[in-house]
Amino acid sequence: MTWPLLAEFQDPATLIAAARRLKGSPRFTVLDAFTPFPVDELHELIDVGPPRIRVAMFLAGFSTAAFAFGLQWYSAVIDYPINSGGRPLNSWPVFLLVPFEVGIFAAALAGFIALLWTTGLPQLHQPLFDVPSFERSTQDHYFLLAKGENEERTHALRQLLRTAGALRVTEVRAP
Amino acid sequence: MTAVLEPDEAATAPWISAYRASDVEITQAVTTPLFRNPGKVWWLALLLSAPFMAWFVAALGWVFYRAIGVWGVNSTIVWGVAIADYVWWIGIGNAGTLISAMLLLTRQRWRASINRFAEAMTLFAVAIAGLMPIVHLGRPIYAYWLAPYPNTMSLWPQWRSALVWDFWAIISYLLFSLLFWYVSLIPDLATMRDRTKSRTGQLLYGAFALGWCGSVRQWRAMKILHTTMAALGVPLVCSVHSIVGLDFAASLMPGWQESIFPPYFVVGAMYSGFAMVVVLALAIRWGFDLQAIITREHLDVIARVLLMSSIVMGYSYASEWFMGWYGGARSDRSLVAFEFAGTYAPLFWALLGCNVVLPQALWFPRVRGSLVALFAISVAINVGMWLERILIVWNTLSHGYMPSLWRAFHFTIWDLAFVIAPLGFFAFLFLMFVRLISAVSMFDMRELAHREDMA
Repeated sequence: MTWPLLAEFQDPATLIAAARRLKGSPRFTVLDAFTPFPVDELHELIDVGPPRIRVAMFLAGFSTAAFAFGLQWYSAVIDYPINSGGRPLNSWPVFLLVPFEVGIFAAALAGFIALLWTTGLPQLHQPLFDVPSFERSTQDHYFLLAKGENEERTHALRQLLRTAGALRVTEVRAP
Repeated sequence: MTAVLEPDEAATAPWISAYRASDVEITQAVTTPLFRNPGKVWWLALLLSAPFMAWFVAALGWVFYRAIGVWGVNSTIVWGVAIADYVWWIGIGNAGTLISAMLLLTRQRWRASINRFAEAMTLFAVAIAGLMPIVHLGRPIYAYWLAPYPNTMSLWPQWRSALVWDFWAIISYLLFSLLFWYVSLIPDLATMRDRTKSRTGQLLYGAFALGWCGSVRQWRAMKILHTTMAALGVPLVCSVHSIVGLDFAASLMPGWQESIFPPYFVVGAMYSGFAMVVVLALAIRWGFDLQAIITREHLDVIARVLLMSSIVMGYSYASEWFMGWYGGARSDRSLVAFEFAGTYAPLFWALLGCNVVLPQALWFPRVRGSLVALFAISVAINVGMWLERILIVWNTLSHGYMPSLWRAFHFTIWDLAFVIAPLGFFAFLFLMFVRLISAVSMFDMRELAHREDMA
């Protein structure tokens, strides 16, 4: 049984260079990276699957807006018709205001839920938090998580990470 | 107090006034003030805000107990300070999200140092604004009638009423702003979780950070959500203040029934909000030694925005007067004359001075460079914008179609309470915020520093 290795780097450039080297070799898998700010180059190197956040936002936004419009229409035309200053019962231009507002809020809320869903948050503790100095991933150090298929390759991976400039390489023994 | 990130006026990069800003330095510069003793100034400010808080609570209690007759409103001038407050506060509340979202979408990286506290300003201001219509209802216990819910009276809200639009606009906008602010706060909460030494801090920051660890997937999801929310936020902000404008424009009163009102209100909101951002930025910069992060260059850019907005405001006022004359209706022409020479004329001239004349000083680079001048002009703009809002209410209602109904508003001590006391409440909330949460977005600053090759 082999475990993934967590390598700690001092700056993003070294991390990206190391990730590129690992990516170029079929023997290793780059699992994830942890950085104190969003490093755009890492998206090309680490595959995290398609983002579905905007789809959720779109669906929630439009369905909530449609529901809000339907509610106004039903209450103003069917259930509680009132002649207000001679305006038509179905005053649809005015009925667009509320759907717009709540639709945008619903889209935002759905986006937030989708963010939690796709990232697995909230997960207040995870095994990586036990790695010494991992707390610097939210401050000033850059971490790369990678895996070799077997013992021999893991050994080679450790060597490669060291030569690529890792300050520290830790084996993460966690399920 | 010494600054962690030494400011250097001679530094070449425009948005970080130092020679080097490594990740450590940025993190420390922002978090150190939160973990050390707040110091005399903060306690003094808190102590100063306390009586205003008490005053606000007392004023609210008195209005709830005696109803809105304690104000100067009467059967002609049915709207008063609460409505002007509502428009003013929500105007300030609009600016934070608008500034942050618009600058994010236009890739203005200098937003990094101002977006966080501008958004916090939004939250507090909108929360205060949301109280005002409820107070003004006179029967606040029935405020929930604005919501559609199955009830034994078989009633529904009147969807054609501006009050109902307000309800949905405020509630959607407040919750949206909260989410927008929180999403970009999560990474910084994680930094705070990992830096604080107190157990309570670790538990609280840890719980709100949701277990953030800055993985590629998390960053990508967060960025997508944040950018998409920004794109939705800009039209939302414009619609919210347009709806506030419609409260007036959807009526049939002279001086209110104007199609210019929605855009004119949005510009006014941005104007007063930016002025409030200057006031808060100067306070934070000075109180937390962040001269290297909130630079003179930032203040210069904001001053230019203020100048531009003041010109648009002047144009809006002028087009109102022109349309009053050009439209030819007697009531409109008479109202414009009343604005310039009637009961509230001194206030009206003061408003023009504060909003249109005084900000022209910002044409001069020396004025934009002077922090004292900038502070004074920003405060003047906020006063001027409040005067604008109260005068929109007073002038029209005091000088409607029926001369026999012309009255003046008699300002009472409880009106004054509603002008001044909410400011103390706002200051209290803001003081709490700067002690508990990083007032500057750290990850945005790190990104900026790396882009500018300063890390």
